[in-house]
Amino acid sequence: MAGQSDPHISLFSAQEVEFLGEDEMVEIVPNMRMDPLNLICGDFGPFRPQIATQVPLWLAVALKKRGKCTIRPPEWMSVEKLTQVLEAERNSLREFQPLPFHYVEIARLLSDHARDDIPDVYMVRSLIEDIRDVRFHKVETGLETIHERTHAVKLKNLSAMEANIVRPFVVRALQAFYKHDSPEMIPQPDTTAIRRRQAADRGPKRDRRY
Amino acid sequence: MASGSEEGSGFPADDYESLIATTDVELLKRAWRNEKAAPEILHFQTALVQRSREQIQLMEETVEEFGENGTDPLTVSLYQMDLDRTQFLLRSYLRIRLQKIEKYMFHILKTDVWSRLSEQEQKFAKRCTDDMERHLEQSVLSRLPDGYQSILKQSVASEEDDMVPEPRLDTFVFCKSKGSIEAFQLDDSKEVVDLVADDLYILRYNSVKPLIESGQIDLV
Repeated sequence: MAGQSDPHISLFSAQEVEFLGEDEMVEIVPNMRMDPLNLICGDFGPFRPQIATQVPLWLAVALKKRGKCTIRPPEWMSVEKLTQVLEAERNSLREFQPLPFHYVEIARLLSDHARDDIPDVYMVRSLIEDIRDVRFHKVETGLETIHERTHAVKLKNLSAMEANIVRPFVVRALQAFYKHDSPEMIPQPDTTAIRRRQAADRGPKRDRRY
Repeated sequence: MASGSEEGSGFPADDYESLIATTDVELLKRAWRNEKAAPEILHFQTALVQRSREQIQLMEETVEEFGENGTDPLTVSLYQMDLDRTQFLLRSYLRIRLQKIEKYMFHILKTDVWSRLSEQEQKFAKRCTDDMERHLEQSVLSRLPDGYQSILKQSVASEEDDMVPEPRLDTFVFCKSKGSIEAFQLDDSKEVVDLVADDLYILRYNSVKPLIESGQIDLV
């Protein structure tokens, strides 16, 4: 039901993250003729057989389910590209590779509903699972390094679903550190030297490029 | 039918490109995400909600006509899906706000957060507090010893209204900046950070609150 996904108001359910991901644009090739759609969220079409056009993912899946089109998997979703990404993820201990913000949702929806449109779909699926595992392991390792009061954390290239999964833990952990690592509670040594250095480098204090 | 919005709901005037390129659905999505992720209730987006309502109504009528004039079921179902999605956003947006009002009703009533509510929400909040007050009084407070009977204070000796739950504004939130922001001061600490456009950050809500209101930062 709308708005009642979670007892904690500020948490997004996985379905809600997927809902947001469904608005990502993908390319389809219709096999039928249809007039343009003037929807609230935008205008799409006209649809002509064999002429590729861009539509939101939810619309593509709806058409695909009814056998009205094929979906062209996005460029990044090829065995070749994903293998590169996986290797880069494994080689870099702290950085995440750039992937579309909603890559998890896009990959899931396409492999569930457009399996026959994806070349080497099982390989693709397996690569994405491996990528997710490596990335998530990085997130966990990175979180373990938080050991003091942190004012800002940078999560470059983290995806929507991954961020959503770690959100509850991270928020509580950072909050706990903030509360218990307060300078009022613990007498501080002279920190002017540290502050001068920080003024020169102005990324977030703990720039976690993990 | 995608109507772009030209009266920004709090967008800075120099953000023209993003202003004209943004549909109401995008704005509604942003309002929904921000409202969901923020610990306190945000300003009611009156104009946006009004426009969305009108568009939904128009679309409902259109779909009904389709049903009558025999448009093919595929087209009808696609229009219906789009309608459902937009309705979900609007309803969820309103419901989240109601949940927050229920949670923090006394706090809202006695601070300027009151001004962030729509007229109907204000009526709702007033009814909530009236009902809650009456309920607590009848069931518990009237039987407590004198000096402990207040809804707002633990006892007459309290200096503040310490029985009123408040949202925690110092909680951490995930956010993304639309453009790069240099030398951003992190509230009370001496720290200053540079925010790169489109990168994900975790920051304290207090620090980013003004940037959310001005539309420069989105909660995720």
